[in-house]
Amino acid sequence: MSATRVAVLRFPGTLDHESAARAVQAVGGDPVFTHHMDTALPEGATAVVIPGGFSYGDHLRPGALASRTPVMGAVKRHATDGGRVLGICNGFQILCESGLLPGVLRPNASLQFICRQADLEVADPGTPWTGGRLAGEVMSVPFKHHDGAWFGDPGESRVVLRYKGENPNGSIDKIAGITNLAGNVMGLMPHPEEACDPLLGSVDGRALFAALLA
Amino acid sequence: MGDSGRPLFQELGLLESEYERVVTLMGREPTDPELVMFSLMWSEHCSYKHSKPLLKGFPTTGKRVVMGPGENAGAVDVGDGLAIVFKVESHNHPSAVEPFEGAATGVGGIVRDIIAVGAKPIALLDSLRFGPLTSQRSRFLFRRAVEGIGHYGNCIGIPNVGGEVQFDDRYEDSCLVNAMCVGIVPHDRILSCAAKGIGNRLVLIGNRTGRDGIGGASVLASAELGDDDADKRPSVQVGDPFTERKLIDCCMAMSDAGLLVALQDLGAAGLTSAASEMASRGGVGLAIDLDRVPLREAGLAPGEVLVSESQERMLAIVEPGTVQAVKDMAERFELDATDIGEVTDTGELEALWRGEEVVRIPSLYLTDDVPFADVPQDAAPANAPIDIESVPEPDDLAAAWLALMGDPNVASKRWIFQQYDQLVGAGTIRRPGGDAGVVRIPGTDRAIAVTLDCAEWHCELDPRAGGQASVLEAARNVACTGALPIAATDCLNFANPEKGSTGWRLAEAIAGMAEALTAIDAPIVSGNVSLYNESPRGPIFPTPVVGIVGLLDDAAKSVGAAFGRHGDQILLVGYGEPRLDASRQLGRCEGLPPAPDLAKEQALISLLVTAADKGLMESAHDVSEGGVAVALAESCINGGIGADVTIPTGRRADEAMFGEGGGRVIISCHPDHAAAIRGLATGGITATVIGEVGGDDVLVTIAGSTTRVPLCDLQDVWEGAIPQALEA
Repeated sequence: MSATRVAVLRFPGTLDHESAARAVQAVGGDPVFTHHMDTALPEGATAVVIPGGFSYGDHLRPGALASRTPVMGAVKRHATDGGRVLGICNGFQILCESGLLPGVLRPNASLQFICRQADLEVADPGTPWTGGRLAGEVMSVPFKHHDGAWFGDPGESRVVLRYKGENPNGSIDKIAGITNLAGNVMGLMPHPEEACDPLLGSVDGRALFAALLA
Repeated sequence: MGDSGRPLFQELGLLESEYERVVTLMGREPTDPELVMFSLMWSEHCSYKHSKPLLKGFPTTGKRVVMGPGENAGAVDVGDGLAIVFKVESHNHPSAVEPFEGAATGVGGIVRDIIAVGAKPIALLDSLRFGPLTSQRSRFLFRRAVEGIGHYGNCIGIPNVGGEVQFDDRYEDSCLVNAMCVGIVPHDRILSCAAKGIGNRLVLIGNRTGRDGIGGASVLASAELGDDDADKRPSVQVGDPFTERKLIDCCMAMSDAGLLVALQDLGAAGLTSAASEMASRGGVGLAIDLDRVPLREAGLAPGEVLVSESQERMLAIVEPGTVQAVKDMAERFELDATDIGEVTDTGELEALWRGEEVVRIPSLYLTDDVPFADVPQDAAPANAPIDIESVPEPDDLAAAWLALMGDPNVASKRWIFQQYDQLVGAGTIRRPGGDAGVVRIPGTDRAIAVTLDCAEWHCELDPRAGGQASVLEAARNVACTGALPIAATDCLNFANPEKGSTGWRLAEAIAGMAEALTAIDAPIVSGNVSLYNESPRGPIFPTPVVGIVGLLDDAAKSVGAAFGRHGDQILLVGYGEPRLDASRQLGRCEGLPPAPDLAKEQALISLLVTAADKGLMESAHDVSEGGVAVALAESCINGGIGADVTIPTGRRADEAMFGEGGGRVIISCHPDHAAAIRGLATGGITATVIGEVGGDDVLVTIAGSTTRVPLCDLQDVWEGAIPQALEA
């Protein structure tokens, strides 16, 4: 059987597509870069990663312009059909801007960009995105963002991950990552692709990519 | 005549003798656009007319050197057919005038130097100098420069893996912002800036050309700053990192597709500098049709189009048959690519404007015929070591230790580097905050270690030894991670070379750096000179910032600065007696620090590289500002565990704890490995077990008397110092 094809979206200003693709490969998937002007996902792709970066230079609002590109029409159809979508950092912002996830990402409470390793606590163990970890188990994953404070009604989503300890950005209920109610669209501000290699200090991020292949 | 009634050449910053030389070379009066081009290309910033003869003293060759100084950046072999490309560059004067955009475009400029060589950028570093944080203006400059570096660097997706900052009165009016970029490229894909192929096309890629940054290299970067600096704000460029990111992606894709004959970035002096360097380097001419250059606004004069420093532009030489493919590729990345001229056999730069020839200059006149300026070589009086009896001994060593940890020059720099993306690319193995950043070489099991350092107080008191110390501190930092230093880049930040003993200091520092670089076999492959860092209130310290790249054959063997396990042994390794001369504990640039011992430094580097390769060390941390006590505290804080050491010394306790100088490193290791590390100490260096890791306190015993400070107290002061200073 050939490896599961995963579309890795690439907008102008996307930065983490190569590391996201390596993470997909590391869990046995077959990543395919997908241009923002494409109107369909690559042939045979069964899951989508929207990597981090500064799509369109964060002009207007982070994720706002990317959410209106042709490729996002294809992602919406894929998600409506129950296909899995993982949005990381700017990808999370794009998912919120496109309406696939509820809420918005506001500027950090400090009004500064912050880059740090974080302990993320599993809040909802019932989604496929945390590799079967129990509630309260901790995943070590770094974050790096300026606009990462999720704001919205947690009841419209399932809260998957929260920051343990101090809230680094002022998000509601220390939320770090959510899925839609159906559980197939996941967005998080921390960067699991930066936690897939033992030399980088953690491999806890692999669970999120493995969920794309399940 | 210029607007002020002075002759135009004077307004442009040219000397009368230089103007006369232009007329002699050309055999006629230059046109206005030609004169503007000469004024920029013959400025100190573009021509290095004060420093070029001195730079010849640097070692620039070696078995790993693939491309030495002279191109956009230097390249060294790291095996597997790959080369590491790197350079450090200053953006001091623009940052003093407008810190956010000045620092941001400093990052943008150095990154384009790396992509011009065809390399993919994989790391950024920065070296900063500001006035003390007690000054409101310095707090503003510091805060905004850091934000500018973060804004630009984060958005273009290159991890910031290290750097350094110091605060001192001498930088109050003349802050320093130096940025270094490191890239990776297969040998056979290295691009030169040399134009070639008569009839090939000249294609301008990226941003449109506007009025920003006109005269940046001459009136701003090649003169002292003064009270009218605000008027120079229009000379500062404005950065657009989103376009830079597209430019990186686009140039990499064009290079992958083999579409580029040559590539050059547009930096200081814009199109003029890019085109004349490409022509001179290739021994050809270039004919440019200025009417084809896409403009941001109407009404630019031809001279302005030629020297505008609008950012995010690259100039490519492409074969006529591939121009359309280049344009199509640019469109895919939502960028402009415009055919603006061709390669000729005349050796001249020609420019047409509204169909008329406005410029015809042999390009070598611009790039090679600048009259070198004599730099006065007046030696400063020699300094003497301080008399230790004249320095009061602290009554309370614990209080002195905490005070030192809270000096912003010693304290944690987390406030800075947590505003930078340290990780993007998933290759950062050792993040900022240690001795050097460690980044995996993409697609391999190897890694590089990189750092920027400078010992400016030492350079002020003894520029030759200070030049050596600057190189050796960088080399030690790289070696502490286990990497072997293989090559270097430098940014020589000095004051006005026409005044005082600055010229002598520059020559001495270069000589000292060259001696140390030769001793450790790390040739200089690229560099930058920034002079006139001086205001009416005085000169900066001589600040030769050194960037060193080291190689780790096995990325998994890199070593950090943090203590790890309870019960590990702590060793003090190296040579030299700690002294308070020009130390942070003394707090003043006074005395005469001991000169480094080059042979012992090489022995210390060998020990560190070997010990890392054999997996003997848990941590290694250079002893620098604040001496052994501060280095020990930093390894404890980073590891979240205390330590208990006894320092054998015949010197005063404050000297033993806080004294600086020599080459010393604090290593921790499993008790089983201590003997093996001690066995590596040859060539005049020593390795002494001084204590062990463990507990919640840090204890230092000297001559039977113990100073004990809770780790959490050291940590609070060290981490809080800069954020608190900024709240003032």
